[in-house]
Amino acid sequence: MNFSTYKSQFIYRLLPIFIGIFLISLPLSAKTEDGEKSEKFNPGETIMHHIADAHEWEFFIIGETHYTLPLPVILYTPNGLDVFMSSKIHHGKEIEIEKEEKGKMSKVHATEVKTSLNTYHYEHGKFHLESGAGIYDISITKNVASLFLSVFLLMFVFFRVAKGYRRNAGKAPKGIQSFFEPVIIFVRDDIAKGAIGPKYERFLPYLLTIFFFIWFNNMLGLFPAGANLTGNIAITLTLALFTFFITIFSGNRAYWGHIFNTPGVPWWLKTILPIMPLVEFLGIFIKPVSLMIRLFANITAGHIIMLSLFSLIFMFKSVAYLVAPVSVVFAMAMTFLELFVALLQAYVFTLLSALYFGQAVEEHHHEEAH
Amino acid sequence: MNLVTPEFGLIFWQTVTFLVVLFVLSRYAWKPIMNALKDREHSIENALQEADKARKDMEQLKADNEKLLDEARIERDKILKTAHQLAQETKDEAKVQAQKEVDKMLSDARSAIQAEKNSAIADMKKQIAALSIEVAEVILKRELESPEKQTQLVADLVKDLKIN
Repeated sequence: MNFSTYKSQFIYRLLPIFIGIFLISLPLSAKTEDGEKSEKFNPGETIMHHIADAHEWEFFIIGETHYTLPLPVILYTPNGLDVFMSSKIHHGKEIEIEKEEKGKMSKVHATEVKTSLNTYHYEHGKFHLESGAGIYDISITKNVASLFLSVFLLMFVFFRVAKGYRRNAGKAPKGIQSFFEPVIIFVRDDIAKGAIGPKYERFLPYLLTIFFFIWFNNMLGLFPAGANLTGNIAITLTLALFTFFITIFSGNRAYWGHIFNTPGVPWWLKTILPIMPLVEFLGIFIKPVSLMIRLFANITAGHIIMLSLFSLIFMFKSVAYLVAPVSVVFAMAMTFLELFVALLQAYVFTLLSALYFGQAVEEHHHEEAH
Repeated sequence: MNLVTPEFGLIFWQTVTFLVVLFVLSRYAWKPIMNALKDREHSIENALQEADKARKDMEQLKADNEKLLDEARIERDKILKTAHQLAQETKDEAKVQAQKEVDKMLSDARSAIQAEKNSAIADMKKQIAALSIEVAEVILKRELESPEKQTQLVADLVKDLKIN
């Protein structure tokens, strides 16, 4: 009805977020990299640098100045928990260390980082103890920070939605509540109810959480300087593991019976030549692995394409003004596609999880669809 | 290879964070949202059912009304028919009665006229008789004024008198 008012209100509400992001980015420790200026632009390296995790959050570089947000480094070492800011890396001494690579010893560049507890060699984004002893790096990296941000956003958004339901009880949904209600109902009716059946309710909180978690993080990854969280294998691995454990722990007799004693298969394929049980058993693990790879690959591929398009501008330095418009147009098209992919991959991950849960809790196996 | 090697730190934080998010959102977001949605769906369903019931009731009422109306119409027709019949009968009866009355009146009149006539005739006869006597008296007086005439008469009478 009164769309313009609603729109302006919406933007007005989002404004503090934008301003907040802007303000956070301003007082970032501005450091000048005394790196080699003459170094040739290496698109592969740049792209990998952007899609990989980092101990600090780099926003942009103007000239020689890197605008980065230092993040806490947390290392669990034999000497205890070591916590320091990532800015310490840049104050470290540049050294050359011996490293074995492909059976050959070679010298690589590293940074020596000294703390009150240990002395580390920081090389290729990784901390190593001088002694070579194992350490656990549980730093708040760029991805972890982005993860926290997304979690904050998720809670902020869905607490507001829940509040909307309390405030508008028995009334039509309003504001942010009316935006997310169709999505929530879609997850409930078309994903959970459709794939699981009557027992959908106990999986619904998980399905809603992964759907919005993946969607929000996919979207956050599309922001400039955003972290490639859902395109990180560790994240997709963890999500897939959750689905895997929920599946096997909710598996009923019919589910395990179907795996080890598949109905409609000749007996000798189950006993003498146990191909079917083997295939079905492997399937338990292949399913979450496919979930892990699908999300990781889709999101990472999107990021690589975007970065490649922008890299083109820097590769064609002399004719950049010709390449840039083309790159920008392509990148715009890609962004729209990525916006769709962000939602699609959240949907696919959630739907497949729901399907696996559905198989695990299905009671009867009247009609098998193989 | 860095790309496909999961980092321990991220797995750790993702597990912890995700579990927290799952718990917090389940409890403080999904539960109230789902309950609210369910409540609303129930209330909508109830409202729809009630509307349906009301519609059915209305239909029933309408049908009842129609039936009542039909019955009333039939009743009316019946009453009208009876009334018509009654009126006709009354009319016929009145006609017959009137006819009878008329007939009686006519016959009464006739007998009255007859009686009047008879008495008039009798009266007339009496008058005529009286008049005749008077006339005869007058004539007689005149005839017998003189003794000659009386003698004449007697003579005539005697003349007429034929003694056989």
